[in-house]
Amino acid sequence: MTRYVLRRLLQAIPVFFGTTFLIYFMVFSMPGDPVLALFGDRTPSDAVLQAVREQYNLDQPFFVQYLLYLQGFFTGDMGVTFSGQSVNEVFVRAFPVTLKLVTIAVVTEFLLSVGFGLLSGLRKGKFADHASLVFALVLNSVPPFVALFVAQYFVGIKWGLAPVTVGANATWGALLLPGVTIALTIYVVGMRLMRGSVIEAREGDYVRTAYAKGLTSKRVVPVHVARNSLIPVITNSAASFGALIAGTTVTEGIFNIPGIGKVLYDAILRGENSTVVSFVTILTVMYIVVNILVDLLYAVLDPRIRYV
Amino acid sequence: MSDRNAHYVAPVDETQPGDVDQVKLAKRKSNMWIDAWRDLRKRPLFYVALVLSFSVLILALFPEWFTNADPSYGDLSRSNGAATEGHPLGFTKLGYDVWARIVYGAKTSLTVGLLVVAITAAIGIPMGAIAGYYGGRVDSILSRIGDVFFSIPYFLAAVVVMSVMSDWRNPLTISFAIGGFAWASLARIVRAEVLRNKNLEYVMASEAVGRSRGSTLLRHVLPNSMGPVIVALTLSLGGAITAEATLSLLGIGLNGYFSWGNEIAQAQQTLRTNPSALFWPSLALTLTVLAFTFLGELIRDALDPKARARR
Repeated sequence: MTRYVLRRLLQAIPVFFGTTFLIYFMVFSMPGDPVLALFGDRTPSDAVLQAVREQYNLDQPFFVQYLLYLQGFFTGDMGVTFSGQSVNEVFVRAFPVTLKLVTIAVVTEFLLSVGFGLLSGLRKGKFADHASLVFALVLNSVPPFVALFVAQYFVGIKWGLAPVTVGANATWGALLLPGVTIALTIYVVGMRLMRGSVIEAREGDYVRTAYAKGLTSKRVVPVHVARNSLIPVITNSAASFGALIAGTTVTEGIFNIPGIGKVLYDAILRGENSTVVSFVTILTVMYIVVNILVDLLYAVLDPRIRYV
Repeated sequence: MSDRNAHYVAPVDETQPGDVDQVKLAKRKSNMWIDAWRDLRKRPLFYVALVLSFSVLILALFPEWFTNADPSYGDLSRSNGAATEGHPLGFTKLGYDVWARIVYGAKTSLTVGLLVVAITAAIGIPMGAIAGYYGGRVDSILSRIGDVFFSIPYFLAAVVVMSVMSDWRNPLTISFAIGGFAWASLARIVRAEVLRNKNLEYVMASEAVGRSRGSTLLRHVLPNSMGPVIVALTLSLGGAITAEATLSLLGIGLNGYFSWGNEIAQAQQTLRTNPSALFWPSLALTLTVLAFTFLGELIRDALDPKARARR
């Protein structure tokens, strides 16, 4: 196990440097002067331009800039946002909100996957199986922002069952609607995993044994079939945790949820590129970290993985 | 003479070589693609998906067949107006014809979708095939490069690229912004398929008769690895169209093009007063994505003999 963990962590090192370098490279190889862009329509004097260039190390060669940027990253100094707030502060304020939203979405996704996957697997080939797969695929094809607008319009505006936007006070209840909506658009993957492993488990010897010794479906299904089928669904949910943290931009923008995605959303809409880049980097690094944790979780849950 | 030492002499074989060679093969020609096609033809959903995708294609190619209204003509006197003769879906806040904007937006969505798929395939297939087929150090290097691209969520990467490229927001750049990062997952699929195929007998046979390694890869290994690749590409068409619309919704998508994402972004402001201006482009987008998702899913099912047998 220790060897597996070490190997997985070592693999992540080139990925970390590669991704940060790539993002940095993309931004600085693009046409256009970031310093001039900073001033918008105004034309600053040359002295001001020079000072700003020095402040952001833009007068240094590209590679030195990248190293300085990494140094800041590792010492916990992520720079400032466009409006002058420290990125760290903004992050600490916004992250718990995103975490809440993503938790709701992942928990809902997990429940939907297990429920519909079990139904589908137990009714393999029957109408309920086909119907729940087609239904989940249709939901999956709805672009997330369309689903969010529909939910916002009907549940929020028309029927008044939930707040239309979340605003500063992001309580669990207020985040329920966007969280559940997102879960509805992604649960098809987990549902299929559950369905597959339920079908496999039902044909397993231990399930036949359980029936043979006289247990009824009431006990066999939850204890023997479902429990043994959960591993892939759990790891899938964990993986979507990472993907959702990285992908809440549109959700938080539409529902006005003060999380990380909203910070990014506002920065994109206002064209504040430096802020966009800082937060994309943070989200990418978090995505990588969550993916490592998912692999480790997989190894903990499934001993076969450890000894490859 | 003991029987043990007697040599057995086989009777003279009277069968002519020609007779042996004339083995009756199955009358119906059959290979992976023909089998898949036979299966697809039997599925009603396939026709639904096909009709939907063709409708989008026709809309994209011949928008003027479907509307007489000018999509770029906005008349504030009909702001948020209801449907009238020749304008079946009403008007936006700025008085644009909703239906005309949808019709002309199809071209953009489809162009970007197909361009992204082409870019994804052009980078992902060679990267995965070379890594998988040649293995060793080549594989390590190409796979590590792939890991880096795979580890950046491609939507976030596209956000960075499009944010910076404020003066070049056209279908080509947005396709590169999306496809330039989406290829990594395709490369993984191709690599896995090539790894699975490269040690099979037909590959050995091809090399035994003197075909070079590179030529064997192109002529035999790759064509036999195409099944999952076609499925992944069809499914990614929907993803690419969604990504374009989402970027346009954020205002960093296309500038000066009719795009469903732009329409939805505009209509977002009038969600309460004129929801239909938001609803129709959203429906067009959803149906398009739905069509490609179902096409991909059905092809996946049809290509998989195990899935066919299960039904």
